[in-house]
Amino acid sequence: MIKLFLSNSIRFIVLALLQIIVFNNIGLYNMVNPYLYVLFILLLPLETPMYLLLTISFIMGLCIDIFSNTGGIHAGASTLVAFVRPLILLIITPRGGYEHQPVPNLRNMGIQWFLTYSTVLVLIHHLLLFQLEVFRINEFLITFTRSILSTIFTLLLIFISQYLTGSSQKRA
Amino acid sequence: MRNLWLFFLRYYAFFLFLALEAIAIVLMVNNNSYHRASYFNSTNTMSAEIYKYVSNARSFFNLQLINDSLSKENARLRNLLLSSPYSNKVNKVTIEDSSMWRYSYIEAKVINNSVNKRNNYLTIDRGSLHGIKEKMGVICGNGIVGTVKDVSKHFSTVISFLHKDSYVSAQLNSSKEFGSLVWDGLNPKFAYLKDIPTHVKVKVGDSVSTTGFSQKYPKEIFIGRVIKCDLNSGDNFYNIKIALSTNFSTLRYVYIVEDNFAEEINSIEMKEVEK
Repeated sequence: MIKLFLSNSIRFIVLALLQIIVFNNIGLYNMVNPYLYVLFILLLPLETPMYLLLTISFIMGLCIDIFSNTGGIHAGASTLVAFVRPLILLIITPRGGYEHQPVPNLRNMGIQWFLTYSTVLVLIHHLLLFQLEVFRINEFLITFTRSILSTIFTLLLIFISQYLTGSSQKRA
Repeated sequence: MRNLWLFFLRYYAFFLFLALEAIAIVLMVNNNSYHRASYFNSTNTMSAEIYKYVSNARSFFNLQLINDSLSKENARLRNLLLSSPYSNKVNKVTIEDSSMWRYSYIEAKVINNSVNKRNNYLTIDRGSLHGIKEKMGVICGNGIVGTVKDVSKHFSTVISFLHKDSYVSAQLNSSKEFGSLVWDGLNPKFAYLKDIPTHVKVKVGDSVSTTGFSQKYPKEIFIGRVIKCDLNSGDNFYNIKIALSTNFSTLRYVYIVEDNFAEEINSIEMKEVEK
């Protein structure tokens, strides 16, 4: 239990700092902005109670907001992801359920399951985030394109980081 | 009453979700308006310190570039000195009152900056302690930068010109026709000048500068050059593409413009509005 708490706290800090210092400065032609910190919400343990899930995700989003001067858009998008996560988990339950799988990561769940899971959640997050950021109807299409392209880039980063940290997360 | 409690308990996750989203929306709306103070931004001590640390590490790598741009600016300013141009005329300039200086400038270092989002912000290492107030204009050696948004004791955030809500009053130097300059969110090197009527002659290469109508920027600060001028059929206004002179991605030192007459101008303009 303490191990779970520790590993998640460390992941929170590392992902928030990476987002603030590195990924906030990465952009391709003003169309692609990766938001890797969503990975933190994806990797929270399956038994996380709902109130904790929502609150932690909100705090994560708020941290990113504070550092990038964006008010509450990351907090809003993260809370939505946390809210729909149990629903998505229910829909894509693998055969035999989630027995003895504490953390829904690539290693535990397999590439096909994890790809579906992360694509749906990251897409929801990015669609809301970019629309909230622009908040203008006549730029809807370009913002939509922006969120799709950024989703692809974020997913790429999520998979790279999952493969890089794969061995150390065997125990988590 | 008991049933109500049970109802809340049963769907508590949904209500918690709604409450958190409401907080997020309130924070977002507060952030979008000038009139309400927002507390959750990068002027707070912890985030500003982290940014300062990172920017110190990073500045090491482009010292050469900064030196080049500073020396270029020095040369330009030297050319503007009264002693530089040769002239036969004898004219006396006497300044009796220090309030005759309309603008004063405060220099600041950029400790965080972005150019790749739709709405970009800068964090600078000067705050209310150094005399910075909200809504002051920010310029750099080459051109315009943005407007001060939130101010803490030691730091401030600046809304970059690269923001969806930026409108800068700008004029074509050849004809003195003015319009508003906006950014479309796609490339930090280009902006668009709107509201120039079609009877005006616009040439590619014309220079564009500030008008000085607002109290943010002094007049005739260079903004950029016209690189394309389109006219959609049926439109009464040109769509003019401007290459910005400010290089936002290498911005390190900026100047905050303090208009010493701002209060006076605002007070008479408010009277007009009230009428």
